[in-house]
Amino acid sequence: MARMKFLADAERCIECNGCVTACKQEHEIPWGVNRRRVVTLNDGVPGEKSISVACMHCSDAPCMAVCPVDCFYKTTEGVVLHDKDLCIGCGYCFYACPFGAPQFPQDGAFGLRGKMDKCTFCAGGPEADNSAAEYRKYGRNRLAEGKLPACAEMCATKALLGGDADVISDIYRNRVLRRGKGSEVWGWGTAYGKPEQRPAAKPGAKS
Amino acid sequence: MRRPILILAAAAFALGAAGCGEKTSVTVYKQGQYQGKQDKQPWDNDLFKGDKLAWEQAIKARNERQDETSRGTPTAKN
Repeated sequence: MARMKFLADAERCIECNGCVTACKQEHEIPWGVNRRRVVTLNDGVPGEKSISVACMHCSDAPCMAVCPVDCFYKTTEGVVLHDKDLCIGCGYCFYACPFGAPQFPQDGAFGLRGKMDKCTFCAGGPEADNSAAEYRKYGRNRLAEGKLPACAEMCATKALLGGDADVISDIYRNRVLRRGKGSEVWGWGTAYGKPEQRPAAKPGAKS
Repeated sequence: MRRPILILAAAAFALGAAGCGEKTSVTVYKQGQYQGKQDKQPWDNDLFKGDKLAWEQAIKARNERQDETSRGTPTAKN
């Protein structure tokens, strides 16, 4: 049985936000809710690194452990899902999640909170597959159509891989072996040119 | 004079001994069980009609299509 996981390759991500857009479009996610986000470290500095982050469908998920109404469950494929009919919107899962995956609608009568929304690995939820109720609550169920998450399949540079952990690990492993490391990485010279020759700092000068 | 002292000593002893009978209070954490509606398997629908192998084949083909190094020789229609 497949064990579904995401794998983000920081060397390939070009911060195009295609995965974020694909997710929003696929599930008609409301304004203020981001099931997937692109996080960039050292933004604007040569060598910046971007990574696409969503629910990582943890093998030992902290959200499941802290939920007071036990609305989380894990499918046989290892996808962590939840029942929105049971969720009370307490936000414990948001505090427990190391990736900030649980999202809460910003609109409505009380402005904040409401039932939690998160990445479903495009696997819907506990409603009839591809029904209107499932789409309204959880979004499209691509897994039931024999497809992988829209974000991973839409990724232009294939920085975001999603699917059976064994297969995507092999893809990533082969990729790392081919491209080398550091300045050997494909595209580095094209993007950033040769390393800058900086003058040596004067002794005693403040950095 | 000695009687009140004896009474006081007996009361203090009884009070002190009462502490020995205290039970340990340790919280027991229990693993929660999913309380929501049951979900079906992704192959239990009109598209795959319960054919798990067909679903796994479709997912496998999609998995492998993410590897651009092996895309030169397409093996699946998905």
